[in-house]
Amino acid sequence: MTLLKLDDLSAFLGGRRVVDQVSLAVGEGECVGLIGPNGAGKSSLLRAALGLVAAAGTVEIAGRDASSWSPRQRAQHVAYLPQDHEIAWPVSVERLVALGRAPHRGRFAGLGPRDRTAIEAAMRRMEVDQFRTQPATRLSGGEKARVLIARALAQEAPLLLADEPTGGLDPAHQITLMRLFRALASEGKAVVASLHDLGLAARWCTRLVLIDKGRIVADGPPDTVLNEEALRAVYGVTAFRGEAEGGMVLQPLDIIDTDRQ
Amino acid sequence: MSENARYRLVLAVLAALVAVLFAMSLTVGPAAIGFADSIAALFSNDRGAIALIMREIRLPRAILGLMIGATLGLSGAVLQGYLRNPLAEPGLLGISASASLGAVLAIYTGLSAAFPLGLPLAALAGAVLAVFIVQAMAGIRGGTLTIILAGVAVSSFAGAMTSLALNLSPNPFAALEIVFWMLGALTDRSMTHVWLSAPFMLVGWVMLASLGRPLDTLTLGADAAQSMGIGMRRVQFLAVFGTAACVGAATAVAGAIGFVGLVVPHILRPLVGSLPSRLLPASALGGAAVLLAADILVRLIAPSKDLKLGVLTAIVGAPFFLWLVWKTRRAML
Repeated sequence: MTLLKLDDLSAFLGGRRVVDQVSLAVGEGECVGLIGPNGAGKSSLLRAALGLVAAAGTVEIAGRDASSWSPRQRAQHVAYLPQDHEIAWPVSVERLVALGRAPHRGRFAGLGPRDRTAIEAAMRRMEVDQFRTQPATRLSGGEKARVLIARALAQEAPLLLADEPTGGLDPAHQITLMRLFRALASEGKAVVASLHDLGLAARWCTRLVLIDKGRIVADGPPDTVLNEEALRAVYGVTAFRGEAEGGMVLQPLDIIDTDRQ
Repeated sequence: MSENARYRLVLAVLAALVAVLFAMSLTVGPAAIGFADSIAALFSNDRGAIALIMREIRLPRAILGLMIGATLGLSGAVLQGYLRNPLAEPGLLGISASASLGAVLAIYTGLSAAFPLGLPLAALAGAVLAVFIVQAMAGIRGGTLTIILAGVAVSSFAGAMTSLALNLSPNPFAALEIVFWMLGALTDRSMTHVWLSAPFMLVGWVMLASLGRPLDTLTLGADAAQSMGIGMRRVQFLAVFGTAACVGAATAVAGAIGFVGLVVPHILRPLVGSLPSRLLPASALGGAAVLLAADILVRLIAPSKDLKLGVLTAIVGAPFFLWLVWKTRRAML
């Protein structure tokens, strides 16, 4: 089933068109990496899909026009992890992760057994259960990031849109997170994550969408999207491409000096 | 002790404190009436002097102290949660300043002398006007920063107009009355004031109290909150109009009373685990307790001097706030 379908979606920031007529469909079982240089429109694309920025075009979530969903219904189908790790108050980690259950709870209902299971599972998956009683604001940057990911997981939505989820994580936790995204995909969910680390994107995503200047310039499996020509044209870099332990390896090497060519 | 048990204990202690202070507020005053006599008179059918003092002077004063304190505590907690800014307070939206301006104009034009409810009604009109200006400036997609800036602009303008009214005041007595009114007090209020302000405050409380859960999710920022199913337009509407209804009504009957709405949420936040939805009821009770205590103190410290309530809360609140800032700064380093 198609979990997210964008049709001719454009997004505007301060009147400037930052996403330009993008069409994209994401189905169950996909782990999509949204890649592109700074300012390409990755974050705006994710935010437009959620109706957080002024946009034109249509967004379908779980086969239904997103504008016909109430915010709460939409939240049961899509979870979103913003790029900035904003935590306004020193709330305990456990309570913060529990916020992810908001779309599933009655207005005055407490946390039910299903909510507790989801919260515990999310905290265990992100290895933050040992901090459960600590104020989330006192954690390190990477720990905070993991707590916020756990919050999004606790929402248990079939589709997860994550903006730079690997930022600030150490290599072990980056890999744990990408493995988790793959695991979610194999459970029949879908993940769309904007990524700057092309190595992670190449190795762990089932599909890559390359964006440049608000438009999709390539869409497909990692080894076809991340070809030499695309890396040169979009990122302006040369890269080492290879294979190791059954997966693709990509390491950007140097910038291409356009003056000397 | 678990977080839940501590939360319940905090609420129980605050509720008991409010009950005790309410009873004390009923029994403290220039007419030296014993505790038992005064409570008995309140519930008796006789129309003697004691019963009259209790029902017509002390009861409305205690009720207004309770309601206005709860209003300031609750709206302070809501605005801090909504704007995600620990410096937010009920006066921030320009509602207190505009309500004051309405009242000042009523005194200036003689409306308050001609018609007993002229002053509170003019103050309410000022509050309503302010909230529509702030809401119109912020618009539907307006961020919290626009609301703060619009509130600052409205406050400044209302302050300027109040100064103009003082400047042009034809007689010194009117000017003095204006100044005294602006200091904020609960003296000489009647049950009419209670009946006038209570409906607005109750409506405001209901609107603000419904924001507990949405404010929790706002801890993670507006985008995250929206993605968790929170309609930000609705939250903005309830926060702005709820504050306007109850703070406007409170200012209309008691003048602008500062620092309660700013300091009380600060003190109570660590005790309830910082969760906005838990801070709301605690802060409402805390605000009621602080205002009742302050109103008892003004009667005890200088019974003959008519010390104004707003002056006392500012004198005690400002240094206390300074200490809080000092403490938070050290915690952040």
